[in-house]
This record gives sequence, C-alpha cells and structure tokens, in this order.
Amino acid sequence: MRALTWHGKHDVRVDTVPDPEIVNPRDAILKVTSTAICGSDLHLYDAVIPGLQSGDILGHEFMGEVVETGPDSTLRKGQRVVVPFTISCGACFFCQRQQYSACDNSNPVDNQDLTEPLYGHAMSGLFGYTHLTGGYPGGQAEYVRVPYSDVGPIVVPDGLEDDKVLFLSDILPTGWMAAENADIEEGDVVAVWGCGPVGLFAVQSALAMGAGKVIAIDEWPNRLDLARKLGAEVIDFKRTHVLEALMEMSGGIGPDAVIDAVGMEAHGFAPDTLLDNLKQRIGVGADSAHALREAILAVRKGGRISIPGVYGGFLDKFPLGAVMEKGVQIRTGQTHVQRYLKELLHKIGEGELDTTFLISHRLPLEEAARGYENFRFNQNDWTKVVLKTG
Amino acid sequence: MTGRHHRGSGSRGALLLLGAGLVAGYAGVSLWHQRDRNAVDRRPPDSAPGRTSRRSRGDDYAVTGRTVTIAAPRQEIYAFWRDFTNLPAFMRNVRDVTVAGDITRWVIPAPTGAVTVETRVVHDIEGEQIAWASTEESRIETRGKVRFRDAPAGRGTEVEALIAYVPPMGELGRWIAKTLGTEPAIQSRRDLKRLKMLFETGEIATNRNRKTD
Ligand SMILES: NC(=O)c1ccc[n+]([C@@H]2O[C@H](COP(=O)([O-])OP(=O)(O)OC[C@H]3O[C@@H](n4cnc5c(N)ncnc54)[C@H](O)[C@@H]3O)[C@@H](O)[C@H]2O)c1
Ligand SMILES: [Zn+2]
Ligand SMILES: [Zn+2]
Repeated sequence: MRALTWHGKHDVRVDTVPDPEIVNPRDAILKVTSTAICGSDLHLYDAVIPGLQSGDILGHEFMGEVVETGPDSTLRKGQRVVVPFTISCGACFFCQRQQYSACDNSNPVDNQDLTEPLYGHAMSGLFGYTHLTGGYPGGQAEYVRVPYSDVGPIVVPDGLEDDKVLFLSDILPTGWMAAENADIEEGDVVAVWGCGPVGLFAVQSALAMGAGKVIAIDEWPNRLDLARKLGAEVIDFKRTHVLEALMEMSGGIGPDAVIDAVGMEAHGFAPDTLLDNLKQRIGVGADSAHALREAILAVRKGGRISIPGVYGGFLDKFPLGAVMEKGVQIRTGQTHVQRYLKELLHKIGEGELDTTFLISHRLPLEEAARGYENFRFNQNDWTKVVLKTG
Repeated sequence: MTGRHHRGSGSRGALLLLGAGLVAGYAGVSLWHQRDRNAVDRRPPDSAPGRTSRRSRGDDYAVTGRTVTIAAPRQEIYAFWRDFTNLPAFMRNVRDVTVAGDITRWVIPAPTGAVTVETRVVHDIEGEQIAWASTEESRIETRGKVRFRDAPAGRGTEVEALIAYVPPMGELGRWIAKTLGTEPAIQSRRDLKRLKMLFETGEIATNRNRKTD
C-alpha cells in the first residue's frame, strides 16, 4: 500500500510499504478514506519530539471502511468508522474512569520503558506518533491496523460525509476538552492562544459552553478571521501587546480562563522564545513555551488554565510563582477522545457544531508531503489539510 | 569587613584564621555526626518494601521486585500462575516450561544457547502466594515468590513478584544482562505488564503491522 512515512526533519515521503494484517484478536483493518495532518504532526515534522524511526508511518486523524476484523472485534465489514488517535483498551483502571489517553495497556511493554523514567509513568499508545507512545503505524496510509477495535472506533451514519465527522478523531474533541478543562461559567471571558485547528475548535466550544467573550490570539490574518467568524474577538500578537490588551479587554480583571492551544513550538519575537528555540535545536529537551508563559501571566487571580497544546520535555522560566500566588488551577492532557465521541457526533448530526469551516485544502494522499510543507510554512492560508485516498 | 590591611594586624589575622578553622572543624564534625545519624542502616525502619532501600544487600543475591494491579479476581490470576505451563504466554524470556512432579524446568534463551533452570515450589498458599527456589542441579541459583492481594476499592488484584538470584559472573554478568534487557528487574517488570494486558484485554499489545514483522 501507499503510506506517508517519516525520514527525518522536514523529510516525509509517500512510499510503498507492506499492507497491515490482523495481528491481535481485537484488531480491525480499515481502508482509509480520509485522513488529516495535525499540528501535532508538525512537532514530528520539525523533529522536536524524539523517538521516531526512519520509515515510520505517520497520521493519527483518520477514518475509513472496515475491511477485515479479528475474531474479537465487534465491527463488521463495510462499516464506516472514525478512529480516536488515542489507543485505549477499555478495561484498565484508567479506561474504566474514562481517562482513555492514560490507558495502561495500549503501549507495548518495551516502549513503556522509554517514558517511565522520563515522566514517572509510562504513556499509553497513540497512532502514528513517536515510539514513546508505542510507535504504532499511523493512518496517513491506504490501510491501517486498529487495535481494540471494539473500544475506539465510532460507527458513523452514511448520511454524514467524511469531512463532517473526520475531526472526531482528534481536534474536535480536543477543542471541546480544552474548553471543558477551562471550567467555563456563563458570561466568562476566555482567552485562547493559537488559531490553528485546535484553537479554533476551542473557541467554538467555549462559546457553546456559555462564555460571554472569547478572545483569540494569533498572528495570521486568515486564521484570526476564522476565529472572528465563529464569534471571537481577536488579537494579532505581532501588532498588539497581548497582556496589556487582555487586561483592557476584560475590564482590568484579566480573563477568567485561558487556553494554550499553541504548544511546544510557540513563535513570537521574544527573548524567551529565542532561548527556548536555541535549546530545542541543540536537543536538550526544552520546549518553547512563550504562549503558555503569557497565558499564565494573563489569567485573572483564581482563574483557570487549560493546556491542550502539546509539551514533551522540560520548561525553563516557568512562572510557577504566578500560578501559586494567584491561586490558579491548571488542567491539561492528551484528549480522552472516546469520552466525547457520542455527544459530539450527535451535535454534528444536529448541525450544532460546524466542523468543515477550517478545511483549506483537500489533497490526494500522494501529495501529502506538499501538505506538510505548506501546513508548516504557509500557516496563514493552509489552516487544515485533509488527505483523500483512492 | 572592609578588607583594609595595615601593619600590626598579623596577630588578629592569625586569630581570625584560628577562629575560622574552629568553625570549619566544628561544622565538619557536626556534618559527620549528621551523616552518621543519616546512615541508611541507622535509620528506623519505614513502611516501604526492603527492595526499595537505598542500601544494597550485603550478600551475593540481587533482589528485584515489582507490583502491578490487575483488574481481575485474585483466584483467577493465582490459578493461571500456578499452572506454570501458562507462564511462557507472558514471560518473554522463558522459552518453555515443563512440570514433572514437584520439579519445574524452565528453558531460558541465553547468548550462549539455552539455559535450563530447575525449581521446586517451596511454599504455596491457595490464592495468596507461590514461592519457589532453584534445586541443587540448577544452572542458575534463584528463588522467588509471587503474592496476590485484593486491591483496595475494587481495583482488582495486586500482584507482587519478588525474585532473588545470584547473577552469573556477579556484577559484570548483571551489567551485561541489563544492556541486553534480560536482567530480571527489567524482565519481571515487562512480564507483569504483559500478564496485566493478558488478563485485562485478552491480548498483548504490539505495534507490529503484520504477524511476521
Ligand atoms: N491535547 C491533545 O490531545 C492535542 C490534540 C491535538 C493537537 N494538540 C496540540 O495542539 C496544538 C495546536 O494544534 P493545531 O493543530 O491547532 O496546530 P497549528 O500549528 O496549526 O496551530 C498553532 C497556532 O498557534 C499559533 N501561535 C504560535 N505561537 C503563538 C503565540 N506565541 N501566541 C499565539 N499564537 C501562537 C500559530 O500561528 C498557529 O496558528 C499543538 O501543540 C498540537 O500538538 C493537542
Ligand atoms: Zn492530532
Ligand atoms: Zn486501558
């Protein structure tokens, strides 16, 4: 089959690789129909997350048709399913508590050894990501093997086309959980850093949860426009002092909740970014966290900080003093995708959530490398890339 | 202090020096005392398992152990383990297990070909504990036990495996085994996780895309 494979920094190619097979009893094989490139894939593309091997198949946002099932799968051939990027067994301590992205069983034991010393606990498995999270072949391919296919995938009705439901795999629930983690109360002022797909869905979710005012921050006019169309006020950080503006726009109180939808590769011509980037480049495991530091300073006393943006290593100059002295709370994590699927699929079906507004490009899988390059270096116009197979 | 120097300060300088020496000496002695009081074996015992102690045991045995919580009934896990022929299903470093009377033979792949370990059950409490020890004929000297306890709050069963062994070639052998990932500490940690997977999910997680990979 054809698949998008990683070969090093800014080097991804569509190669011919062996087709997947059923390996474990609960597996299913999908023929992928649509798959997307995520901001998280850019961390791999930029090689700021370690643990990839040349030839690894990327992709964790995908959907398709069931073409083969293991003896313990509950899926049937021909069903259309969307697959969560988090691989979860459904039975362990964490899955039972709906903390699916903390699943204890989905990361192969040898791979668990990689994160245990780093994080104190082993991480769970994710599709198409680093070997720290299992090294599972991803879904930017014609076919994909889906473990625990009785737990993860959600069957979608034929009436809803791919583009409407594909983002159930990650960014839609991620934006939703980001807003949920911000504990939004009616009328709250919520600030969101980053108007990429995750930030945009966080804006949409925060408004749906009753926020009175959402302020979205980015530098790309087109992305800011998308946020504005959702009903947000916007700040261009290249034009405006973000901290000052947020204080003024929240009556001198500061936002009640802040959401960092940027993650470890924040830009911004600030001394902390330059230092962070330098350390990232020489490979000392440092994250670039300008947006997070700014969010922590911006949030009002006693406010809430939600961090859907991905971080992988260590952080210098973390304003812990501000966190403590202001008495704010922080909530974060890889999304517990399975927890939100039913509710969000229902909202899509009812037309309560639009999921297609952010798609800027649809490309054949063969052109995936071009999709990566532009999603990375032409962020203003390339807001979300969906790859089509066949 | 001003740092000014003038004649006649010699004796004062000497006095200061002496004072400083006394202070340093005192600090050194009290540090010594503190160190002594902090010495691991002088500290009163705490609740942690002995294998997590900062002090290594004084004998030839290396001890390793690990606890894992499995969401399954205690009796079931005990019964599965007690049938030793089940063990290769989750112990990657055990190629084969045969049971003859009260002797169990384990075939373990090694860089120099397979090694056979022979053990005998020395203690067996239904549903709670199985302990074994190598026989005189065994190529490797080892003893171990596995304990099963009900986990709190309906979380299932806490399975604790303890293995004591004499590393072949002592510390060097231990180091080699560690780099090969075959050291019992690494092995038992991985084995218990696979056992957990088997009980909770019915399979062992793998990132292989094909059966033959
Ligand atoms: N928690 C999860 O489960 C989860 C899931 C998906 C994605 N993510 C993470 O969410 C983050 C965003 O993903 P995405 O797909 O939207 O990525 P993206 O790269 O498309 O978007 C990031 C946006 O942040 C903006 N930005 C950069 N620096 C900024 C700054 N200092 N202030 C304000 N905005 C800034 C960029 O201009 C860009 O528009 C990534 O870190 C991604 O890994 C997390
Ligand atoms: Zn993603
Ligand atoms: Zn699980």
